[in-house]
Amino acid sequence: MSTVNGTITTPEKIDFSSDQEIRWCPGCGDYSILKQVQTLLEQSGRRKEDVVFISGIGCSSRFPYYLDTYGLHGIHGRAPAIVSGLRSVRPELSVWMITGDGDALSIGGNHIIHLLRRNVDVNVLLFNNEIYGLTKGQYSPTSPEGAVTRSTPMGSTDHPFNPLALVKGADGTFIARSMDRDPKHMREVLARADAHRGTSLIEIYQNCNVFNDGAFEILTEKATKPLHTLFVEHGKPLTFANGTRGIKLNGMTPVIVDTYAGGTSLDDLWIHDERDPYKASILVRLFDDPRLEGAMPRPFGVFYVNDRPTHEAKLTAQVALAKERKGVGDLDALLKGQHTWTIG
Amino acid sequence: MSTTLKKSKPVETRQNVVILFAGDSGDGIQLTGSQFTDTNALFGNDVSTFPNFPAEIRAPQGTLAGVSGYQLHFGSVEIFTPGDQCDVLVVMNAAALKANLGKLKKGGTIIANTDGFDKKNLRLAGYIDEADPLTDGSLVNFQLHSVDVTKLTRTALEGTSLGMKEKDRCKNMFILGFINWMYSRENALTEGFLRKKFSKKPDVLDANMKALVAGYNYGETSETFTTRFEVKAAPMPKGTYRSITGNQGTALGLIAGAQKAKLDLFYGSYPITPASDILHELSRHKNFGVVTFQAEDEIAAISSAIGASYGGALGVTASSGPGIALKTEAMGLAFMLEIPLVIVNVQRGGPSTGLPTKTEQADLWQAVHGRNGEAPIPVLAASTPIDCFDMAFEAVQIALEHMTPVILLTDGYIANGSEPWRFPSSKDLPEIKPPVVIASDDEGGVKRSRADLHDASGNFLPYARDERGVRPWALPGQAGLQHRIGGIEKQDKTGNISYDPLNHELMVRLRAEKVARIADRFKPIRIDSGPTEGELLILGWGSTYGAVRTAALQLQAEGQSVAHVHIRHMFPFNKGLGPLLKKYKKVLVPEMNSGQLRQMLRGEFLVDAQGLNKIQGMPFTSEEIRAGALNLLKP
Repeated sequence: MSTVNGTITTPEKIDFSSDQEIRWCPGCGDYSILKQVQTLLEQSGRRKEDVVFISGIGCSSRFPYYLDTYGLHGIHGRAPAIVSGLRSVRPELSVWMITGDGDALSIGGNHIIHLLRRNVDVNVLLFNNEIYGLTKGQYSPTSPEGAVTRSTPMGSTDHPFNPLALVKGADGTFIARSMDRDPKHMREVLARADAHRGTSLIEIYQNCNVFNDGAFEILTEKATKPLHTLFVEHGKPLTFANGTRGIKLNGMTPVIVDTYAGGTSLDDLWIHDERDPYKASILVRLFDDPRLEGAMPRPFGVFYVNDRPTHEAKLTAQVALAKERKGVGDLDALLKGQHTWTIG
Repeated sequence: MSTTLKKSKPVETRQNVVILFAGDSGDGIQLTGSQFTDTNALFGNDVSTFPNFPAEIRAPQGTLAGVSGYQLHFGSVEIFTPGDQCDVLVVMNAAALKANLGKLKKGGTIIANTDGFDKKNLRLAGYIDEADPLTDGSLVNFQLHSVDVTKLTRTALEGTSLGMKEKDRCKNMFILGFINWMYSRENALTEGFLRKKFSKKPDVLDANMKALVAGYNYGETSETFTTRFEVKAAPMPKGTYRSITGNQGTALGLIAGAQKAKLDLFYGSYPITPASDILHELSRHKNFGVVTFQAEDEIAAISSAIGASYGGALGVTASSGPGIALKTEAMGLAFMLEIPLVIVNVQRGGPSTGLPTKTEQADLWQAVHGRNGEAPIPVLAASTPIDCFDMAFEAVQIALEHMTPVILLTDGYIANGSEPWRFPSSKDLPEIKPPVVIASDDEGGVKRSRADLHDASGNFLPYARDERGVRPWALPGQAGLQHRIGGIEKQDKTGNISYDPLNHELMVRLRAEKVARIADRFKPIRIDSGPTEGELLILGWGSTYGAVRTAALQLQAEGQSVAHVHIRHMFPFNKGLGPLLKKYKKVLVPEMNSGQLRQMLRGEFLVDAQGLNKIQGMPFTSEEIRAGALNLLKP
């Protein structure tokens, strides 16, 4: 807040957009994500210079160029490692990592799991479009089996990753899903991710209108969205189809039930608890092909949150402890070592 | 528990001695060797060591594959190598004898543990019909001393609470005590070491101490050993010394560099032989602001170091050949970002997994050329364990002051070898000044740095260069200096993505020019020994230093017109190198590879350099260098 001519004014809105021309294809879902991130940052009151965007390679990874923050466009798949190094020495910065399904889950698969298990404090936005866009249309590790792409004319023979099950398996501490076509939801989830200390991973369904148009149509279009999606909220029962259906746990097995008059009471439904690691493991497994008869709805929202300490907090604590125990490093003592002898 | 039993056997003086301890890789040979080294260094000898061990942690006992060796050269004169041949060979079993007998001088001394020469050991070592070399007369040309070390150790430890297996583990201390006696040294240093090591295991400490004393006393009382030897202190330059291995030197050089730049040090690394000791060493010095990060793989190791450098720390990674291969793409990124980074390659035998515990200099081309596109990176090479410190420090200087990744080549030979080091004082090391830019409020209250680093509209120019071609280092957190950098070709000055053809050519040239100009800071090239012009120049690099120096001094003493120059800047070359090469009729380049530096010299200077190449995973002997030189000197 500042004063001009004695009048108190609200702070000027900080513009986080850079002067660079955006080079994504017209109609790409990336625009929507960029907009929501800019809006969140503008509302966060954060200073531009304290924010760093790190990316790998792929369409999504051009993201840092479009924000007037610090940015590093890295190499394919290695953004998690770059982030880990940066955060180890600059834990006060707000670090965001932009990646895609190929970047994070194929070439960078080894790094993302280690980022998650270490719990480096970073907001990871995983743009999942189930296709390789920048290389012009090959199948990705999230493309469904049978996907016909330029490299799989007879259909993909690969079983796809369930990204959030992978994240859960690697002990991710913040697990969420959103979609490019639901800006409001995305903004809410982004804000939650930003507030979490640790690796916050949001899988964002993002439409590639050139090479894989409509991949998530059934989940994002008005007509089909209610029946096929499940928006979870902490402490609330799992309902969908405009509240007419719900999910109930039969032991460890989730089942769809009716909730209108004469159906299952809301009290008997699965109540979402984002702190429950066991339920989270089931939630991420709701991954049916929505086109199939009787498919479970696809969940969106914050699935799981865990507050274990961040990697950099532990690293920094060790350095502090070493300084406390041994004193701040004395270079001459180090060079001298333990045993010396003198000649002359 | 004093061991200074000054009794009556005669003492002969020796100028220098090479002793090789050899046994199974579980016999504690490396410890025995390093303790005897420290004892001699403390006494005032000049020393040089060569540990040589198998890749397997515990290779099959008694086999040739499992032999571990530790060679030590100590003397009352200056010592440059661990020695071509040994005077004394200490063997714990038959395989150790078989593997190393070829290295023993004619007439040399063998001290053999007879217990290691039973039928099983003889068979495992491959002695035909289990013929025992200790008794069949085949060692008649040597002075053979057979000692039942196992039995003597067990006897000495009678009454202790240890089991037989644990008692037998003290054999190496018996040997060490005996050798201390033989060379008129005291047990004191090792006793101090044992007290510290086994402070929480009093029974193990007691047993090791007893074995050490028993070995010493055995020398005194045994009738077979009639003479002791003495190697007087060397006329070393006055000063205070410590012992240092190459990997320690590298680690300390990196810390010293970071301290002199007032930066934290981030070390991203994945364990690999023979580089892991750098990680071990650095992880012990967190109180210097050292963060060690054991990454999930080699790629993450270097990428995390890049992230740390981006954040304003000194990012460092190290590995050996196969790991360096994995880091290649990220090196290109660091080059493109023009960010400080030190990459250490402790070379080992290649290609592929190659010879993990053996030494080679075959990654020179990988360092100089091994990236896609034109990505010249300065390459330095250390020549001795001490030089690892100096070159690591220089690598940090260049990386930080020129905003570039730098590759430092060492190798398994000097990384594990040790020598006495007259360590510097911190005030003798230069300050390091990276081009960090700071923003402050301009007249309009807007954050700006230096005027030349902003365009007309005030935008920060991350790739504006100074007169040396070096870009500014703007760290996240600085208002007004926000910028985006990446591996995609960038527009001159702004760093924005650019595919403009002429801009690309300009940028390739600017980056190359920046690296070429680093040669401006190198000290003038120095002739290590010999005339400033003449018949033959032996041009060495890296760990061949000691062997080349010894050979050159000998050739000069023999009246040959031979000079020795050892280069440490592999890329860019020292500016004085080209003119120097022209001052000698012939140039010989000894290398532990098939001629990589030789080809670079030919390409750069059109000089008809000749190669002397050894690719056996073992360092050159000075005699091999001398013979190669004499061959070239033939009319």
